[in-house]
Amino acid sequence: MKTLRGIAASRGVAIGPAFHFRRADLRFERHTVEDPAAEWARFEAALETAREQLADVYAKAEAESGAEQAAIFQAHALMLEDPELLDLVRTAIGEQGVNAESALSDAAEMYAQMLESLDDEYLRARAADVRDVATRVLRILLGVAESPTAGLTAPSIILARDLTPSDTVMLDKSLVLGFCTAEGGATSHTAILARGLGLPAVVGAGLDVLKIPDSAPLVLDGSDGKLLVQPDEEMVAGYRARQAAVATHLAQARQQAHEPAVTRDSHRVEVVANIGNVEGAQAALEAGAEGVGLLRTEFLYLERDHLPDEEEQYRAYRAIVDVFGERPVILRTLDIGGDKELPYLDLPHEMNPFLGLRAIRLCLARPELFRPQLRAALRAGAGRNLKVMFPMVAMVTEVRAARAVLEECRAELLAEGQPVAEEMEIGIMVEVPAAALMADHLAAEVDFFSIGTNDLSQYTLAADRTNAQVAPLATGFHPAVLRLVRDVIVAAHAQGKWVGLCGELAGEPLAIPILLGLGLDEFSMNPPAIPLAKQIIRALTLDEAREVAQAALDLRRPDAVRALVRERVPAANVG
Amino acid sequence: MPEITLTVHHKVGLHARPAALFVQTAKQFNCDVKVTHGEREANAKSILSVLALGVEQGAVITIHAEGQDADQALAELEALVESNFGEGE
Repeated sequence: MKTLRGIAASRGVAIGPAFHFRRADLRFERHTVEDPAAEWARFEAALETAREQLADVYAKAEAESGAEQAAIFQAHALMLEDPELLDLVRTAIGEQGVNAESALSDAAEMYAQMLESLDDEYLRARAADVRDVATRVLRILLGVAESPTAGLTAPSIILARDLTPSDTVMLDKSLVLGFCTAEGGATSHTAILARGLGLPAVVGAGLDVLKIPDSAPLVLDGSDGKLLVQPDEEMVAGYRARQAAVATHLAQARQQAHEPAVTRDSHRVEVVANIGNVEGAQAALEAGAEGVGLLRTEFLYLERDHLPDEEEQYRAYRAIVDVFGERPVILRTLDIGGDKELPYLDLPHEMNPFLGLRAIRLCLARPELFRPQLRAALRAGAGRNLKVMFPMVAMVTEVRAARAVLEECRAELLAEGQPVAEEMEIGIMVEVPAAALMADHLAAEVDFFSIGTNDLSQYTLAADRTNAQVAPLATGFHPAVLRLVRDVIVAAHAQGKWVGLCGELAGEPLAIPILLGLGLDEFSMNPPAIPLAKQIIRALTLDEAREVAQAALDLRRPDAVRALVRERVPAANVG
Repeated sequence: MPEITLTVHHKVGLHARPAALFVQTAKQFNCDVKVTHGEREANAKSILSVLALGVEQGAVITIHAEGQDADQALAELEALVESNFGEGE
């Protein structure tokens, strides 16, 4: 048996076989080649391999579903040897000396766009075929396997270097027992995804994760940050017993999940959900969410090759607010840049994307991104309880500029005779230390704050949360972060504004008593965490929570904060 | 340069299977084969260019061929289109 240690990223225990997710990374650099003839030969060899693959795929499809269904692969083969397409590639390689990957994707993209521009549904669908064929050849040129999830047929523990949003959409979640990644921190995408799914995860467990044989029996302990490889039977039996105990505890919490979160001395707080799509809305409601504290809108922008238009966004937002009826839904405007690059936006490469042109900065710089989203939000909010918040605000001027764009959009919509939200609450994410320190001035500009502790921690501690070497530093349990949270709440309350928190900290059992004691009004978390969070709040009085919070602020280290809560609040010491 | 003008009667026009058959037929010959539809001209051996012509049912196309086996190529393509791509009426 071997034990790998990493960061406890999502609570719970999983027992099952290993499955390695090997990413299909099709990114390439555009460059010129020294020997165009050799590059053309490399391209021709890749074409030949693609032709053989297509012949195999055709034969398989024909045997399984008949010639009619298989015809598409014949069309692919014809595209692969299209003389006009190949001429473009040959010219680009031979005369301009560009590499085969760039030459091919440029040529294919040209045809794809030409087909897309025609007013014919059938031909627009062929554009996808051209891209598909080009992707097949690109994979061969880049030496990337056909699909990273091929072979995932039984429930398994997913092992990977790290996982991105585009990777995880490919995973059939019903076959995922848990995640263990070599890299990443507690707020990396894998960790957030796992908590969203209520699955255990250990991240930043080191490169040894990648050496585990496929199908090796594993125990993943997401509460303690451990991965046991080939554990002995006694060990497995112990973990099975723990799995059962946790399940019982959770089942109890779930029975009261739809009751409000009221302390023993009748102080009520809101417990709401972080969601990222329409399906999440339903799951949140079932988990007992009293609304949505963070609607991430990035789902509309990922996994596609062009911007979503206003109408598509309107329909998606409307579908989500309709699920919640009268209950509040807070839509966060586009939060990209950083770790969420979108290829079709053609954002310049940045040395330091977390400190770069992202979120509200990007939206203010690119009105063509911002305006359709605001228009869609205003329309979706008509007659509903939709609020909007802007991410990554650092300056009062940014809030004013964003509000000005919003008001312009509202005026436009009214002039067009469209129904719009009449009174929409506007807030900001407080996730940049500058905003936390200037909270008194910012509070005058908005209706509410939502503290984003994931980013606030990494900016305050100057520790990249995606870098396993330093990610443990970026924890919201650090008293420095907790003090900022306190200051933000005090500043907002002084002006009669309410404060929510939508970072991972809001759903952490050990953090809940502290946040309650600091006066937080709204706790927004992944739906699976809601029942337990409500249970912890119900076990406390506001005075008890205040004492714990005060004691925590006086400590020096995050682990001391955790130990304090563990000792003082048994109800929070779970999983 | 020899050329013929035809009407495409197939219900999907010069798309899908008819387009594939058309291109495969043209490719059997050494001569250059061009097909025009309205203002647009395409290499008849290029499936992508033929598709991009957007030839629908009832459209009139002109096929030009140039080279040694041009006449034969035109005859075969004519037979293909006239036979409604082997699907009869």
